[in-house]
Amino acid sequence: MLSKHSFYTLSFLCVLAILLSSCKKGHSPKDDFDTSGTYVQKDQMARPAVSTVFVPSGRKDEFNMTVPTAMSGLFKNDFVNKLTAFGYTTNALGQSKDQFASLLVNDVLNVKMDGTTTFFDGTNVLTGRKPDDDVIDAELLLIFGGPTGSSNPGLTKDNVNMNDKPFLSTFPYLASPW
Amino acid sequence: MKRKTVISIGVITLLLSGLLYAADHIDAPAVTGANSSSTGADITDVYAFQSPADHSKMVFVMNVQGLMSPAATGMASFPSNTLYEFNIDNTGDNVEDLVIQAIVQDGKVRVYGPVAPSMPGTTSTIMTNGVATEAKVTSYGATAPEIGGTGPIKVFAGPRDDPFFFDLVRFKEILSGEQTSFRNPGVDTFAGTNVMSIVVEVPKAILGNASSINVWGETKVKQ
Repeated sequence: MLSKHSFYTLSFLCVLAILLSSCKKGHSPKDDFDTSGTYVQKDQMARPAVSTVFVPSGRKDEFNMTVPTAMSGLFKNDFVNKLTAFGYTTNALGQSKDQFASLLVNDVLNVKMDGTTTFFDGTNVLTGRKPDDDVIDAELLLIFGGPTGSSNPGLTKDNVNMNDKPFLSTFPYLASPW
Repeated sequence: MKRKTVISIGVITLLLSGLLYAADHIDAPAVTGANSSSTGADITDVYAFQSPADHSKMVFVMNVQGLMSPAATGMASFPSNTLYEFNIDNTGDNVEDLVIQAIVQDGKVRVYGPVAPSMPGTTSTIMTNGVATEAKVTSYGATAPEIGGTGPIKVFAGPRDDPFFFDLVRFKEILSGEQTSFRNPGVDTFAGTNVMSIVVEVPKAILGNASSINVWGETKVKQ
């Protein structure tokens, strides 16, 4: 027979064990978010439409799992080949095929910390991306527009110049859904 | 009911739901490409821009689940096994120095950061040491967006009109040789469609001292 003292000690230890074992990993008592575990990359994106146009269809999954520092080594040839197929020689930034391919293959958005942030507004080039930027015209111009931007006039504008809804001037800036 | 019959019905139900699930996630439109996606981890666009309302703040946007009709939007949600992560390089080497991590559970979005990642690259853990900002996920049909954050960081998660605009149909015809130029006026392939958006606004001051940063968006799935 257990002494009363031993019985209470044992009971206390049992209750403690039950409480400790029922605490879920990754939760603190007041936190209802599960922040445990490891997350592995599935998709990535920076500049609009670039990977879709330049990465071969059979290599898109591979590209989506590639870190930016490894993109050039693995994909620059594909970008050069696609520019060749487009008949690219140079663009209004004066870039050779190799230089333009190098810019595009490092798929990150360059963002200026102090000043206008835009993909292209005629003056500022690649300083960010805001919702109303016509990124498609900017990219078409750089790919098809030649040294002055006036080559291939049928290919340098898609003639869709704005979004279907106006943007908000306050957070969250994107328009309400249809 | 006999056990064998019960099991058969169970198997058929599983098969049917698998098929329905797959059908739900097959893109209906004939177009695929830059912004076609149907899963919670497929990014359609990333934006990074100075807040027009406050030039001391930077805004980060990541959109997923493109080309959603209004009906599809009403049924859309953020999967809870997906991490939406903005990567920020402020040393000019294209390696992330800071991340902003958003996870969605039980109708709420929580954003950690900006915070240094424990390890850069294609694998992430949630950086719970970073500042946490929460908001309710905005439901479809809400009259006003739910905006989270009592301090300088603001957070939004929910359906938005897809901000992307492009005559993608015509572009694909040009690529295939069916057409030799864009049409005028162009037709916006994305008009009338929605996406699911994560929007985070932070003070520029907590992004480092560089005059320029490099930004990219990633989705990561919990293992």
